[in-house]
Amino acid sequence: MFDALELARLQFAFTVSFHILFPAFSIGLASFLAVLEGLWILRKDNTYLRVFDYWKTIFAVIFGMGVVSGLVMSYQFGTNWAVFSDKTGPVLGPMMGYEVLSAFFLEAGFLGVMLFGRNKVGLRLHFFSTLMVAVGTLFSAFWILSVNSWMQTPVGYAINDVGQFVPENWLEIVFNPSFPYRLVHMVLAAYLTTAFVVGGVGARHLLLGQGGKEARVMFSMALWMAAFVAPMQIVAGDFHGLNTLEHQPQKIAAMEGHFETRKGASLILFGIPDEEAETVNWAVEIPKLGSMILTHHWDGEIKGLKEWPPEDRPPVTIVFFSFRIMVGIGMAMTAIGFWSLLSRAIWGIDRARWLQRATVLMAPSGFIAVLAGWVTTEVGRQPWTVYELLRTSQSASPLDAPVVATSLIAFIIVYFVLFGAGTYYTLRLMRRPPNSGEPTEIAGPVRTANRKLIEGISHVSGED
Amino acid sequence: MVDLSFVWAGIIAFAILAYVILDGFDLGVGILFPAIRPGSGMRSRMMNSIAPVWDGNETWLVMGSGGLFAVFPLAYGIALTALYVPIFAMLFGLVFRGVAFEFRWRVEERNKFYWDWAFIGGSYTAAFFQGVALGALVQGIKVSDRAYAGGWWDWLTPFSLTCGLAVVIGYALLGATWLVMKTDGWLQRRMREYAWRAAFGTIFLIMVVSLWTPFHNPEYLTRWFSWPSVLYSAIVPFCMFVLTILLFAGLETQKDVQPFLCGLGIFFLCFVGIGISFYPQIIPPDIEIREAAAPDKSLAFLLVGAAFMLPVILTYTAFSYWVFRMRWPHPIDLRSSGLL
Repeated sequence: MFDALELARLQFAFTVSFHILFPAFSIGLASFLAVLEGLWILRKDNTYLRVFDYWKTIFAVIFGMGVVSGLVMSYQFGTNWAVFSDKTGPVLGPMMGYEVLSAFFLEAGFLGVMLFGRNKVGLRLHFFSTLMVAVGTLFSAFWILSVNSWMQTPVGYAINDVGQFVPENWLEIVFNPSFPYRLVHMVLAAYLTTAFVVGGVGARHLLLGQGGKEARVMFSMALWMAAFVAPMQIVAGDFHGLNTLEHQPQKIAAMEGHFETRKGASLILFGIPDEEAETVNWAVEIPKLGSMILTHHWDGEIKGLKEWPPEDRPPVTIVFFSFRIMVGIGMAMTAIGFWSLLSRAIWGIDRARWLQRATVLMAPSGFIAVLAGWVTTEVGRQPWTVYELLRTSQSASPLDAPVVATSLIAFIIVYFVLFGAGTYYTLRLMRRPPNSGEPTEIAGPVRTANRKLIEGISHVSGED
Repeated sequence: MVDLSFVWAGIIAFAILAYVILDGFDLGVGILFPAIRPGSGMRSRMMNSIAPVWDGNETWLVMGSGGLFAVFPLAYGIALTALYVPIFAMLFGLVFRGVAFEFRWRVEERNKFYWDWAFIGGSYTAAFFQGVALGALVQGIKVSDRAYAGGWWDWLTPFSLTCGLAVVIGYALLGATWLVMKTDGWLQRRMREYAWRAAFGTIFLIMVVSLWTPFHNPEYLTRWFSWPSVLYSAIVPFCMFVLTILLFAGLETQKDVQPFLCGLGIFFLCFVGIGISFYPQIIPPDIEIREAAAPDKSLAFLLVGAAFMLPVILTYTAFSYWVFRMRWPHPIDLRSSGLL
């Protein structure tokens, strides 16, 4: 079966993959909510407020799941990766500390006011709270991506006498070479993920003819986002890829499926990599395009995996496929964006039934793309935790396979049950028509414990 | 030059204390849940009283682990490996409890039952294993060559299980006194009763654990009773005595806020007591604060942020508590809050 190290890696992969789904959605949703509340205040149109309240409920569920799954992550470094923690703690720890100080407290501190406080604080203060929650999610992205980027492109450190990485230059560490690209790429990914969920929900209600103005607002805003941000994301991804080529050529070689170093390398659209034979079978390729994209020259040289000994290469098959899934979804999102512009120009998006159907279909695509992207960059970093400095195999705690296996099985069961339920409730919330005319400013009592009932009970002693 | 590692030890101690007393009362609410029958709306009142703040309370736990990782990476790696099982058990408890918070409002009445039990089970598990982890730390952790050198079940002893029980009962005291402060009528009267019982249990278990602790490590005794520091450490039991009297007096005279404050004070004193026992170590019996600390450059970098951010965080946390300072229930826009 698996040894303790493989189990620990599986556990990390499983828990972090689960976790990223929630931030990917809540980063975008928090910004969306802030924009909605801002529009409501500016335009005095209650449509925006109803859309705000609709998604606020969903945000609460998603954010709650993000918090608890993230809590697990913050402890996992110590439990399963004690050596990594000891060695990288002096560099990565303070950055995670900043994430807690600047992001988590901000989000948690203002979330209560955002969710429950509209009738208790003024309009401005409530809007400020919503803004703080949104800013908090972005701060969080900033720090954790800086941490991950340093593991990919470590700079600004020295190594002390007990083998720890110690900080030499914080500015270099925080703004390490791959960080700006990764940050832009991930934040745009989160915005796109949210746009397609929101657009999909709006489109569904439009198709069922039960959405009213609110569904139209969702659908339209989401498509503007797709039309402009999806092409931007492809450009950002291209820059990120060039940066990776500069710092992690093995990863690019695995993504592209290049085993041989070639001038004028082709672009492999599809194929089945065979790591044993060091080749890609059934390859469908476009000559010279690989070099053109990566070096901007028809005859530029691209290094192949054979430049590195086998034990220093990332697993090719996983990276090769995950990269293609991500790019494919990016292209599809861009296509929807252009289609929406076309629809607006010709007959308007309200009656574009096929566009609406396509958007419903694309609703979960952002999550798949985000997962595929992270798999590409993280598996592509193997066999290292800190690139070319610390091997994954030398990062783990002194672990015992049965214990890790037990906790992994527990995670799988618990996560599927709990987050399955969470997904079910979220989908159920999304089935509510957005114009159900729920009054948003009730000063009414709590349904489950209304005043009359309470007073009645107060006079009755004993159980009820 | 101030030794930054000791400054940081203080900050992390503060974060853990903040966690224990803040999340303590909201875990306590979950611990008291089984005492109140479902279906009366009383459970919703209890949950409502913590709904706006629990998220922020739990963030202190992340601050504790994040801080340890940043400032004492060696201690972080060793302690979490040694406490692998209790830590994961605690995390699972918190996961169940956290999602129960969000889901309980969104289900039909007949399914509420499941999430109530997720909330109860999660609260008990998290509280119990926090105590167990603390007990295991007090017992001492085997270390050799910068790594944990013990077995997987070293944490499991009668002492650590007793500590686990003590924390459950202690959190129940915090939860009950919090609800005394935050509710009225029948529920408040019930909570006063539970506060009495929990107070007796808490005080009793604190005595048991305190008397048992020195048997694990004779150094603890010398730290407490060496002259002249005994003059300072004697203050702790004295204060504990005074607070206990005030706690019972507050419950007897039906005060609303006094019992809660006394409960917090009692937890604070236990914390100081542990601090006196451990100092200058961070993981007894081998790892010292200074030795586990990251280089000064790491400590200084994060200290700038902490010095600026912690006061800000405390300010807006206080603001949030102020916004939700009223008793429950009261007219609240639960529907637009997305709770119904």
